[in-house]
Amino acid sequence: MKNKNTNSGADTLLAEHMETDSGGMLRRHFLKASALVGGGLMLRFSWLSGLKPMDKMVNPNLTEQGSQLNGYIQITPDNIVKILCPNPEFGQNVMTSLPMIVAEELDVDWKNVVVEMGPHDNVKLGPQFTGGSNSVRMYWTPLRNAGASARQMLIEAAAKAWSVPASEITAKEGVLSHISGKTATYGEMAAAAANVAVPKDVQLKSAKDFTIVRNSKKNAEGPKIVTGKPLFGLDYWQEGMKIAMIEHPPAFGLKLKSFDASQALKMPGIVDVFSLKLYEDGYEQAGFDTRTFNDLLVVVGNSTWEVMNARKKLKTAWEPIGETKYNVVGWRGDKREVVVPAGLESTSAHLEKMAAYAKGAAKELRKDGDPETAFKNAAQVIERTYHAPFLAHNCMEPINFFAHVTDEQALLVGPLQGPGWIEPSLSKILNLPPEKIEIQMTRMGGGFGRRAYGHYMTEAALISRKVKSPVKLIYTREDDMTYGIYRPMYTATYRAALDANKNLIGFHVKGGGIPEHPIHANRFPAGAVDNYLAEGWEIPSNITIGAFRAPRSNFNAAAEQSFLDEVAEAMGKDPIDFRLELLQRAKTNPVGQNNEYDADRYAGVLELLKEKSGWGKPENSHKKRGVAAYFCHNSYAGHVVDMVIRDGEPYVEHVTSAMDCGIVVNPDAAINMVQGAVVDGIGNALYGALTHKDGAPEQSNFHNYRIIRHHEAPRNIDVHFVQNDIDPTGLGEPPFPPVFGAVANALYKATGNRKYMQPFTVEPPNTQG
Amino acid sequence: MAKYTLKVNGKTFKVDVDASTPLLWVLRDHLHLPGTKYGCGMALCGACTVHLNGAATRSCVLPVSSVGKSEITTIEGLSEQGDHPVQKAWLEHDVAQCGYCQSGQIMNAAALLKTTPNPTDEEIENFMSGNICRCGTYLRIKEAIKTASGQ
Ligand code: FES
Ligand code: FES
Repeated sequence: MKNKNTNSGADTLLAEHMETDSGGMLRRHFLKASALVGGGLMLRFSWLSGLKPMDKMVNPNLTEQGSQLNGYIQITPDNIVKILCPNPEFGQNVMTSLPMIVAEELDVDWKNVVVEMGPHDNVKLGPQFTGGSNSVRMYWTPLRNAGASARQMLIEAAAKAWSVPASEITAKEGVLSHISGKTATYGEMAAAAANVAVPKDVQLKSAKDFTIVRNSKKNAEGPKIVTGKPLFGLDYWQEGMKIAMIEHPPAFGLKLKSFDASQALKMPGIVDVFSLKLYEDGYEQAGFDTRTFNDLLVVVGNSTWEVMNARKKLKTAWEPIGETKYNVVGWRGDKREVVVPAGLESTSAHLEKMAAYAKGAAKELRKDGDPETAFKNAAQVIERTYHAPFLAHNCMEPINFFAHVTDEQALLVGPLQGPGWIEPSLSKILNLPPEKIEIQMTRMGGGFGRRAYGHYMTEAALISRKVKSPVKLIYTREDDMTYGIYRPMYTATYRAALDANKNLIGFHVKGGGIPEHPIHANRFPAGAVDNYLAEGWEIPSNITIGAFRAPRSNFNAAAEQSFLDEVAEAMGKDPIDFRLELLQRAKTNPVGQNNEYDADRYAGVLELLKEKSGWGKPENSHKKRGVAAYFCHNSYAGHVVDMVIRDGEPYVEHVTSAMDCGIVVNPDAAINMVQGAVVDGIGNALYGALTHKDGAPEQSNFHNYRIIRHHEAPRNIDVHFVQNDIDPTGLGEPPFPPVFGAVANALYKATGNRKYMQPFTVEPPNTQG
Repeated sequence: MAKYTLKVNGKTFKVDVDASTPLLWVLRDHLHLPGTKYGCGMALCGACTVHLNGAATRSCVLPVSSVGKSEITTIEGLSEQGDHPVQKAWLEHDVAQCGYCQSGQIMNAAALLKTTPNPTDEEIENFMSGNICRCGTYLRIKEAIKTASGQ
């Protein structure tokens, strides 16, 4: 990381830019052209120039970075177009979809596009965070801009070379053509284009003219994946590299008391065994510094198997951790004290405690009208309570990181969702300036939120510094699962008040969690019911939690969408029609302020779902169907799930999915993503759970943590997108939450029983590979 | 420690490792063939699938001492140009999301098609149920296997 310069004028430039980016004409502030060595055009641009204020969440230093030229397009004389991708890839396909956006406006033959993974550069590229279903949404405008600018410069270069007006030249699929019939490839004009002034204004294509965007393109890394190329962090290897593993306490609430490594050190290939503190006392944690255990017992050796074996010879004693306190500084600079309670927690005790808290006081999160009176006057009150357990992310590639740290510099290589979040911490902990720290991002074997918490990179760095050697830290599957940063445990009680005519006159949700509540107070059906109350309560815990694909939404959609199904039934209404009625109300005469969702788009997804699934059609009347729809990450998604009972277990045969995420950049990849979210949702709803006994996780590998398998996945998942020209919104997370609700509702149809506690199937797995 | 001579992807390798070392770690740590993945180490996920004399085998639970003269094929050696029908079908259906499980899926699928050239849905499901895909690409895996089998 070099050139850490700040630009005090950036604030103004950014403001100006945002004012002009609503129409098709864009003023260019952050573009710079230069000649490539060997001929050709290099156009540098800012990925961050079109960001909206809310994107400060992923990019807190926005004003500093808005003017950095951090992306590039290169066009070489042989007509190859190279585009850099700044964000880490974990299967969401950004390495393909982001360059597609540039290529569209540039109007180039996709066959000639080469995609490169960008280096990590916190100053220039921002935190490069993959998460929050944000990548395409954030970069849509800056990328289009850059592509359109390069295209215009090529046209102007050709106009000059041919001494004709630029207006007589068209650029298409990498070829410039004059009305006279004269043509040149972009490559042939690239060197000349480097001397053309960067255009002030560019005309972006109208969505109807897209030829690359909205046309499926294959995964740019597909050929490497199917031939087993070393793309992942775990595959990284360097001469002289040692392998390190961490022996962690067997239970949350315990820490290392003492150890005897004499036997382990005698094992072949073992280099060192030592204990290490991750964060020193008084260390102020950043928002993504979350870690489970602070005292690490480390085994370092020459090979993975030798280290695994030596771990078995360690003699360890553990002791309870008392209540601990530390400060966390969030990305906004807000400081808060976190108090972690002592104790060995168990799932049974959690459930009891949650039941007690659910009856107690809670924080009011939103109130419309007079819910107390509505419930008092109700002819009928429906009340149901829903539960969901902790979930482990279980990325297929277990946690790992490579580090080579010396007194002068640090090289780190591995899978991380937001390198920029962790680098400042690492810089502080290693006492090395950021420019001496190089982080290389590998492809990630799954993320699902887990790899936003980069403590394992810091662990690897400290281990490397201690043993003065390049080191790869590897978590075994057991380490990965029992040393987790889990999806919190949640519960929520929903109440609906109906009047004598079965109209919904009041709605109340009171949700809690360990250690955080799940409630999104301003989401549907808020805005659609006159008397509405949302409340939340929290139980502190020493079990570490964090983001998990669509945080909180993944529980809310399960609970709320099951509840609405039951309310519709009590009202004698079709579940889709009931939701549409509520949305109609939210649209024409919304209740309250700050309703987060767009009732029209929400209804659009339900309408599409109804049509595509043949909902209510006589030919489908025999099917055991459940429906759910949900809004999160700026997008709308819904599913109709068809379930059967097969060998005594629920099996989802067929799913119809509908989604509104605006313009779909890469349709086939988007379908893949939705299908994957459906399978993931079914699996977690039916089988997913991480439980505790006396602080110890009761699941440690795939024999007792059940993951959905091939024969349990639906044979058909039909995915449909609402067609519109809205700028793209989130895709990776939104289709996941409503799967839970649809599964719950189908389960009721298939079995006649409603399930209120996840996972809905708790039979032990019998799936030895 | 003991010396072993292994035949991997048509080449001969000599390694000096503990007899209990699983083939997976010999491939990854000693032969630097990281295409074969570690997912569970307990024969529960299939990420480490290789071919032993053509049959799908979980290399994470196969001690190197029991490999003997068997011919080992890993994803790196499934085809020279990455054009095995299963690999081609995988690209055609753009199966991968994160991609981590896919070498194991491909090796398992290739072994299935050797013994069952025209598998039914059930046969695919039974044979592939030991391979976990956390990203949920099962549907496309099934379609790709059918394409590779010429169905
Ligand atoms: S790593 Fe061998 S089956 Fe999972
Ligand atoms: S593609 Fe990610 S685990 Fe299969």
